[in-house]
Amino acid sequence: MNTATKPDTDVLQQIREQAGQRFEQLGWPTPRLEEWKYTNLQALQSRFDAGAFREAATPAASRSSASLPLRFGDRALGELVFVNGVFSPEASSLPSVAGLRVTTFRNASVDVLEEHFARYADYERHALVALNTANAQDGAVIEADAAIEGFVHVLFVGSDGFQSFPRNLIVAGRGSQLAVVESYAGTGAYFTNSVTEIVAEDGAVVDHYRLECESLEAFHVGTVQIHQGRSSSVSSRSFAVGGAVARNDTNAVLAAEGANLVLEGLFVTNGTQHIDNHTLIDHAVPHCESVELYKGILDGSSRGIFDGKIMVREGAQKTVSRQTNKNLLLSKTAVVDSKPTLEIFNDDVKCNHGSTIGQLEEEPLFYLRSRGIGQEEARNLLVYAFASELVDRIRIDAVREQIGRAMFQQMPGRLPDRRGEQR
Amino acid sequence: MLEIKNLHAGIDGKEILHGLDLHVGSGEVHAIMGPNGSGKSTLANVLAGRPRYHVTAGSVSYEGKDLLALPTEERAREGVFLAMQYPVEIPGVNNIYFLKAALNAVRKHHGEEELDAMEFLQLARQKMKLVELDEAFMNRAVNEGFSGGEKKRNEIFQMAVLDPKLAILDETDSGLDIDALRIVAGGVNALRSEKHSVLVITHYQRLLSYLVPDFVHVLANGRIVRSGGKELAEELEQKGYEWIEQEVAAGAR
Repeated sequence: MNTATKPDTDVLQQIREQAGQRFEQLGWPTPRLEEWKYTNLQALQSRFDAGAFREAATPAASRSSASLPLRFGDRALGELVFVNGVFSPEASSLPSVAGLRVTTFRNASVDVLEEHFARYADYERHALVALNTANAQDGAVIEADAAIEGFVHVLFVGSDGFQSFPRNLIVAGRGSQLAVVESYAGTGAYFTNSVTEIVAEDGAVVDHYRLECESLEAFHVGTVQIHQGRSSSVSSRSFAVGGAVARNDTNAVLAAEGANLVLEGLFVTNGTQHIDNHTLIDHAVPHCESVELYKGILDGSSRGIFDGKIMVREGAQKTVSRQTNKNLLLSKTAVVDSKPTLEIFNDDVKCNHGSTIGQLEEEPLFYLRSRGIGQEEARNLLVYAFASELVDRIRIDAVREQIGRAMFQQMPGRLPDRRGEQR
Repeated sequence: MLEIKNLHAGIDGKEILHGLDLHVGSGEVHAIMGPNGSGKSTLANVLAGRPRYHVTAGSVSYEGKDLLALPTEERAREGVFLAMQYPVEIPGVNNIYFLKAALNAVRKHHGEEELDAMEFLQLARQKMKLVELDEAFMNRAVNEGFSGGEKKRNEIFQMAVLDPKLAILDETDSGLDIDALRIVAGGVNALRSEKHSVLVITHYQRLLSYLVPDFVHVLANGRIVRSGGKELAEELEQKGYEWIEQEVAAGAR
């Protein structure tokens, strides 16, 4: 398969240039910006500017596919693997299913790119979207025009010293059904700046899962931008456990009546990790519904953020929206910031939101221990219970198992030893 | 089996037990009765090691070991079980998974082989029948959405599975209708043997008609003020607690 650069069309070239100029104008975001007040990218920026990260030119052919993490193999309809942003044909398998087209960004038809590329993710306002748009190397382009059973997996693996700009486009055509999993993993210190645009046309059903399981030394700034047509139904579930500094944005525009959105997220942090989750749900028209639940589990001296805004525009009557954020602090030095926001510009809506921050409760802990379960195991059981509410909602068995493993496998060892407390 | 001497204990800095003495032998069923606030629940919670309860003086020896020096889970593994007055709901923790983990922790402690899922299920089914719990309950989260009576039966079910040497029932009868009371008592009676001791803590005599104690103690103001046989419970039922409180007050004068 050829990985040589296909020349961009004039339109695409123009967009890239505009995005590049826009990034120059916007510059790196600083904590002075409201949307970046909790996350300082200074460490990333100085490394980036100093040329600490290089771009990969060819796929790391030496890397045997057996050593790649998070693979689904036959359990997925198809699996696209990118190493440091470069497509690895050896490690990938493209599905051949009627009604489903899966290809790479570089091999995608000019028509689909011209119709959708950079139409939704806003590089005018968001510097890191602009950076990706200007530099986007490759990624998956997935189009469905039928109800597809099973799911497609897109895997991005980073390694020490590299930067990559994954770009994905998911288009679920009218009345189609599609499930996509995107995963991020790697080793060492690297920088991933991704953008995924999801279009659900009228009546389409999309289940999207995102597993951010980057190396603990990596920088990750990713955006998912969802655009929904009439009576479409989208669920996007974010699971974030990796990265030294990670920022995960999920934005959705409910652009036509009857659209239905489920946004969920689980972030698990430890050590000195910093994971910042931003969501924006834009109710642009009447009669749409969104339900959002984000949960954070924070240990060590880590920091987590949930900043979720729901915007109900002036004409968007009969909007139903519910937003919940719950956080569990497992250590005295972990910090979480929770900022749920409703901006409502009409009065014929049903909206509510709430957030909680708490520790493991004494009573359940005592109950479990009073039956012979050790302090550590009791704690783990309760932490799993907190997390499993979100993991259990993953409808595809293989995906639930894989994501569950990724979220949970390190947890017991990651939890500090507190035997002896509470005697 | 259990030897409590001069126990002073309380919660959040407030002393509630003011020098309690109690001896429970192997195979004996003891009832502790007393009015509200007399320290019944404090006794149960101190024995199980509940957080926020503290001991300021005295000792508790259980099978020759210093019970108070053991963390909660060690007490459970050594065979102490507390059927709680208010069992907590734990969403997300599966009942059957939880109980299997508990039983295997106990078995491991005694150097016994852990039960696999099939073996455990077999045992659980058998014990479920004993307390007339529907199997559907077992796949739900611990106590989540259970009625008051179901929670209490779940406590007795857990007790039956864990097979403790010393079972402490903290007002297990409160809030139960007569059918549930009969079922709970039946579960405890099935456990009775010369190796199992039971401490029944209750306000009312009701449960003791089904679960007949060998000894009855009256707890008032943090001390045991009278001990006797099962007829003492009946006497209390007829005369109320004031009678005994007055006698104690008169004796102290």
